[in-house]
Amino acid sequence: MNPAYSVLFFTCLSGAGYGMLAVLGAGVLFDALPADFVFGVVSMGTCLGLITSGLLCSTLHLHHPERAWRAFSQWRSSWLSREGVAAVATFIPAAVLALGWIFPAAVSATFWKLGALASVLGAFATVLCTAMIYASLKPVGQWRITLASIPLVPFTYFGFALAGGMVWAQLLLSAFEKPHALHMPPLTCAALALAWAVKLLYWRQIDAQTNVHDLLDATGLKENWQNIRAFDSPHTEQNYLQKEMGYRVARKHRDFLRRAAWRGGGVLPIVLLLAGAWAGGLAASVCALLAAALFMLGTLIERWLFFAEAVHTSSLYYDDKK
Amino acid sequence: MTSLPKRSKNAKKLGLVIDLDTCVGCHACVVSCKEWNTGGYPAPLSDAQPYGREPSGAFLNRVHSYETANETSQRTVYFPKSCLHCENAQCVTVCPTGASYKRAEDGIVLVDEDLCIGCGLCAWACPYGAREMDPVVGVMKKCTLCIDRIYNENIPPAERRPACVNACPAGARHFGDLGDPESSASKLAAQRPAQEPLGDLDYRPTNKYLAPRKPKSVTSAKPLEPVNRDGGGGFIGWVDAMLSKLNPPA
Amino acid sequence: MRMIQQNERNIQLSEEPSDEVATTTCYMCACRCGIKVHLKNGKLRYIEGNENHPVNKGVICAKGSAGIMQQNSPARLRKPLLRVGERGSKNFKEIEWSEALDIATKWLQDARERNPRHLAFFTGRDQSQSLTGWWAMQYGTPNYAAHGGFCSVNMAAAGLYTFGGSFWEFGETDWPHTKYFLLFGVAEDHASNPLKIQLGQLKKRGVKFVSVNPVRTGYSAIADEWLGIRPGTDGLFIGALIHELIKAGKVDFDYLQRYANAAWLVIQDDASKQDGLFARDPSGNILIYDETTNAAVPANQANIKPRLLGEVKLSSGQTATPVFHLLAKRFLEPEYAPENAAEVTGIDAETIKRIAAELAHTAFEQEVRLDIPWTDSNGNHHAQTVGRPVGMHAMRGISAHSNGFHTCRMIHILQILLGSIDCPGGFRYKPPYPKHAPPHLKPCRQESSPCEPLPGPHLGFPESPDDLLINADGSPMRIDKAFSWEAPLAAHGLMHAVIANAARHDPYPIDTLFLYMANMAWNSSMDITATLEHLTAKDSNGKYKIPHIIYVDAFDSETVAYADLVLPDTTYLERWDCISMLDRPISEPDAAADAIRRPVLDAVRSGRDVRPFQDVLIELGARLQLPGFVKKDGTPRYPGGYADYIVNHERAPGIGPLSGWRGTNGDEFGVGDANPRQLDRYIENDCFHLFPLPQSQRYYRHANRDYLQWAAYMRYREDASPTIFQLYLEPVQKFRLAACGKREPVPPASERERIRRYFDPLPFWHAPLSWSAEAGDCFHAISQRPMAMYHSWGSQNPWLRQIHTRNFLYIHTNKAAALDLEDGDVVYLYNIDQKQTRIKARIRTTGGTNPDTLWTWNAVAKRSGAWSLAKDSPEARNGFLLNHLIAETLSSSESRYSNSDPVTGQAAWYDLRVRIEKAPAHEQHGDLQEPRLEDLGEADFLPPAPSNLCYGTDFTGKP
Repeated sequence: MNPAYSVLFFTCLSGAGYGMLAVLGAGVLFDALPADFVFGVVSMGTCLGLITSGLLCSTLHLHHPERAWRAFSQWRSSWLSREGVAAVATFIPAAVLALGWIFPAAVSATFWKLGALASVLGAFATVLCTAMIYASLKPVGQWRITLASIPLVPFTYFGFALAGGMVWAQLLLSAFEKPHALHMPPLTCAALALAWAVKLLYWRQIDAQTNVHDLLDATGLKENWQNIRAFDSPHTEQNYLQKEMGYRVARKHRDFLRRAAWRGGGVLPIVLLLAGAWAGGLAASVCALLAAALFMLGTLIERWLFFAEAVHTSSLYYDDKK
Repeated sequence: MTSLPKRSKNAKKLGLVIDLDTCVGCHACVVSCKEWNTGGYPAPLSDAQPYGREPSGAFLNRVHSYETANETSQRTVYFPKSCLHCENAQCVTVCPTGASYKRAEDGIVLVDEDLCIGCGLCAWACPYGAREMDPVVGVMKKCTLCIDRIYNENIPPAERRPACVNACPAGARHFGDLGDPESSASKLAAQRPAQEPLGDLDYRPTNKYLAPRKPKSVTSAKPLEPVNRDGGGGFIGWVDAMLSKLNPPA
Repeated sequence: MRMIQQNERNIQLSEEPSDEVATTTCYMCACRCGIKVHLKNGKLRYIEGNENHPVNKGVICAKGSAGIMQQNSPARLRKPLLRVGERGSKNFKEIEWSEALDIATKWLQDARERNPRHLAFFTGRDQSQSLTGWWAMQYGTPNYAAHGGFCSVNMAAAGLYTFGGSFWEFGETDWPHTKYFLLFGVAEDHASNPLKIQLGQLKKRGVKFVSVNPVRTGYSAIADEWLGIRPGTDGLFIGALIHELIKAGKVDFDYLQRYANAAWLVIQDDASKQDGLFARDPSGNILIYDETTNAAVPANQANIKPRLLGEVKLSSGQTATPVFHLLAKRFLEPEYAPENAAEVTGIDAETIKRIAAELAHTAFEQEVRLDIPWTDSNGNHHAQTVGRPVGMHAMRGISAHSNGFHTCRMIHILQILLGSIDCPGGFRYKPPYPKHAPPHLKPCRQESSPCEPLPGPHLGFPESPDDLLINADGSPMRIDKAFSWEAPLAAHGLMHAVIANAARHDPYPIDTLFLYMANMAWNSSMDITATLEHLTAKDSNGKYKIPHIIYVDAFDSETVAYADLVLPDTTYLERWDCISMLDRPISEPDAAADAIRRPVLDAVRSGRDVRPFQDVLIELGARLQLPGFVKKDGTPRYPGGYADYIVNHERAPGIGPLSGWRGTNGDEFGVGDANPRQLDRYIENDCFHLFPLPQSQRYYRHANRDYLQWAAYMRYREDASPTIFQLYLEPVQKFRLAACGKREPVPPASERERIRRYFDPLPFWHAPLSWSAEAGDCFHAISQRPMAMYHSWGSQNPWLRQIHTRNFLYIHTNKAAALDLEDGDVVYLYNIDQKQTRIKARIRTTGGTNPDTLWTWNAVAKRSGAWSLAKDSPEARNGFLLNHLIAETLSSSESRYSNSDPVTGQAAWYDLRVRIEKAPAHEQHGDLQEPRLEDLGEADFLPPAPSNLCYGTDFTGKP
């Protein structure tokens, strides 16, 4: 699949944003975060900023963004529609959460907590919907990959959303030198480790995937023929389908990118966060900033690979030679 | 709704039966489809850079060609591909806006272009690569089974078929109600069972592909025997033998 | 936000598809299908096949449907153009038609006054040859032909000399009854839709279909058996089939005795000037040997038992043998044994033997009997029509070799031996065929003189060297050297030799080269670079060696840039045309049929100041005061242009371009007075006329009394005498005798050996002329036009060009592996004999090709700057042509022979052999086209090509 920038940035940014919303919500729910005006403004601002910029990126993928409102209508069957509904709906509890933080007088503590709970659930639902857009597509074998019948794509999305949320929360807590920051690194590191562990599992599984389709399946000619190869393409230049779904990444290239992603976006941030926690002070903030940046970069590579490694059955019909 | 409709008992299931044994890969169906539909229901089927460096237009039907082989034989197979109007059309259910839908009355999968936001997800959901984004208009295009021909009362009844079927010179394309076992299309499909493309994905295509048949051979032809059985005598020997064959002794 | 409910979908199911439907005849290729052109608001909505039309029965091909885009092309010329710069550029000024016609008239008038032969008038994909040829006759130049010489003259000539017919427009398989179908040759066919329709039917009926073709694409893909033969060796394969059949005596002797010259006695006397000629009695009757009376008697006598084998002593004392004896002897030679043929053709001996057995089985064990009574030319009544149901067809690949004449003859001889000409299940003629074999039509042999018309037609069928168009010294009378010793039976001329000869003033200089619809500056020429040099060659005074070039085309093709005067033509939807019985009509085996094209759209209203070529030619005829084009008072005879001509021209009393609705009341067919309403009647009948033949006249028409009498009345043939199949060609033997010095005129010494060798009265296989013995590692290289573009000006068509925007070189997978080549590698190709030119190509491996053959799709490549394509279009960057490698002359010979068949002059496109070499690493990327000719420059006389097309939006009321 073609790793379009709009979709890469959409899933990375909104994923981290919803992850952060979930983390902030949970923090409020369990009184683990400072009820501080500035912290509230900055953290909710960052969180909603990530979400909103992600969602705006997604509209760049549309040829008719002016009709995007129609996408809320088909929630009964379409994960994309559900994602839209969930994404927008989650703004309501998120607003309550932000309000309670910024104007504690405006909302009651219970309402604030309810908002926090709903934010967590909304964020979870939205990330699930995003993941299911891909995980529900039968033509892409990689995205349907399972481990012990458990689909892995939703868990990678959860993992990265949570890790992203943690990394960003960590950064803000460090920046504001909140004491809570000192408790965070082990949890953040655990989230990072979990996200990349699921991803490594995903990679292992798709590499070992055996039920992949071939051109004989695609043409239905398997019964009488053992070999098949493409002769002339229906058209000699690339068409929409090939540009959209015919993307292939070379194995060598892929292996390098995978290593770069999990080492740079997983191992390095963990090391940095632990080092920051040990050093404390400004160093902790700098480490958290670097960790967040590296993680986002790593996620971008991971997401690029998520698309680039995905083989769509329609590309089987085209045997793209050099 | 983009949920799939419940098929009522006597609803039609319109589709194509494509005979891979007969298709010569001439692309007649490709261009006649483009021609009808660029001015029809999905109008236009645009072409970007029509005279330029990377010409790329929307086509609803394209002909692939393959070389197949088994232990005993090889052949070239042309494989025309357009929307298969699946019963379990996931391109429909993924559509977030309701633009894609499957008609309850005949099973045709259509795009209501006014509702299409051009997200492309339906093309991702189609395992066959049968949907194409219009490069200029930015909405999804797909085979309509020429819905504006097949029910068109201003077209002579015999021509109320998809443009590709009307055009096909080799007679490799057939149109009909595959829900009715008595239709000629169903009967043809039943005579020539073929494997469903990507059957395990359970999209349940309505269109059928008839696989290439076993090559015809003339098994009853006996090897030729020289008139002069021993082959002796060279040309003269042959002339003698031939003469006695032509003028058998009384 | 509102939920959309299923029943709210607003679909117009019964929109009026068009507000006007006009039937006419397609011209996107040479197939001549009937089309229905739908117009909406005066614009082309769509074009579909006409289900009532005999040719295509409602189907339409990719090209036909793409006619819309042809009509919409930005490359359509808009106004007459006069050169202001050098040839090879687009430095033109737009001029008015009056000026353009003045210039053309002056050039043509000057030439005609000096000597009409100073005009060379050659047409390409011309379907108005009965007009263009007649115009050239009235003008008086001997230098006229259409493009048959570089297309398929071998097929036509071999067939017409052998049995008065051929494939393509001349005849086809009796599809409903055939039980075995053998298809020869690569490339597509004029009868492309009919062939597809019928192959589909054969598959449905389960009839075995064998394709003999180096490439397994298209029709070959669906063949039950594909024989991937080595190009140029089909003759040997067919010879081996004949060998097997004769060896087994599986020949229809009865049929041969009745319909062929099998029993005619051939004089065998080395010393005699009659050697190899038919034995004749003093009154000139050809003799056969009657086994009942044991005497040589005239062949046309009834109740005789002709001898087919064995020598006969004639009363003259000379020895003679029946033709069949010689034929059997020829094909029983070990050379034609399957084992030998296998080595050369690449088809193993067992397969050849099996195919021969299958042919014999089908012909003799599966005969078809129809309850159709008929009467033969001897007056014998037959209660049934019996057929040997073996169908055969050949496409261009067979023809385009320098051994093609003999190869094509072998196919027909195979058909005749099996008894399957014009019989149920076999081959069937389409009226006006059969002609006599050869047709009684000879090229007009008269020295041209100022302002004098030519008293006869340019093209014909020489029956001896007496009929050659040569001067006393043996030099050619025609610029293309057709009907000279170089190409004696050049029945369609040699368009491919014209430009080189004219530039070399060989045999003489000309003034004006007048070309119509032939892309001679690109893919219609061999050795393009040399052709362009000829077109731009100048003498020592700086004057062009070909002083004037007039070119007529509807589009800005590569050739436009080499013309001095460009006369813009209309598209096929904007003019009258006539697919005439005087040329190659649209007849079916069961019916005589012809057709018209009519203007459906108005070119002038579209803003283009263009005129139909035929109108222009008629006007030029009148301006030049050519006889036939003016009345006695000098005023134009056809002031109404081509439409006027089609209706009112008479070639002979009562015979005109169209056969249907003749007579003042329109109730006569074939012969009758002009009918002023004739075109209306054609239009009412979907632009064609079909005259079904009575049942009894549908088979055995070479010897069917009733048919022959009717055909003679219709002037399809000179008389009602039967067509006798010429297994042995005495006219050809006469050339051989001349080469042996036994007959006048004797060819120049340098020509004798060539004539002696190739003018064999019996067909034989020889290696193509350019194949030197010591070739080393080499491949055959051939091209075929893709089905979506065959015979079409289709390359700039945005729908068709998306299918084939660039071409690849196909190589057999095993060969590629052996050469260490991978899919996608870039290679160089060199002609093995002419090493100076090379082309570059990207390879694709395939299992569906003869292992010794490389091939590509032809004419996809375009020259930068032509056809309104972007300069960086893939066609101009990555398309390649084999033409660059095909030599225009034979390098092995001392004389400058055209690279053509020595008998007919057919261009030998497919004789090419090449060496392949992987390009170095730095050449593996980047553009492919090589040689990369200079960009032709901006066509400021054309509108810019649009960057997007949204054709059709306005038909739907969408915003």
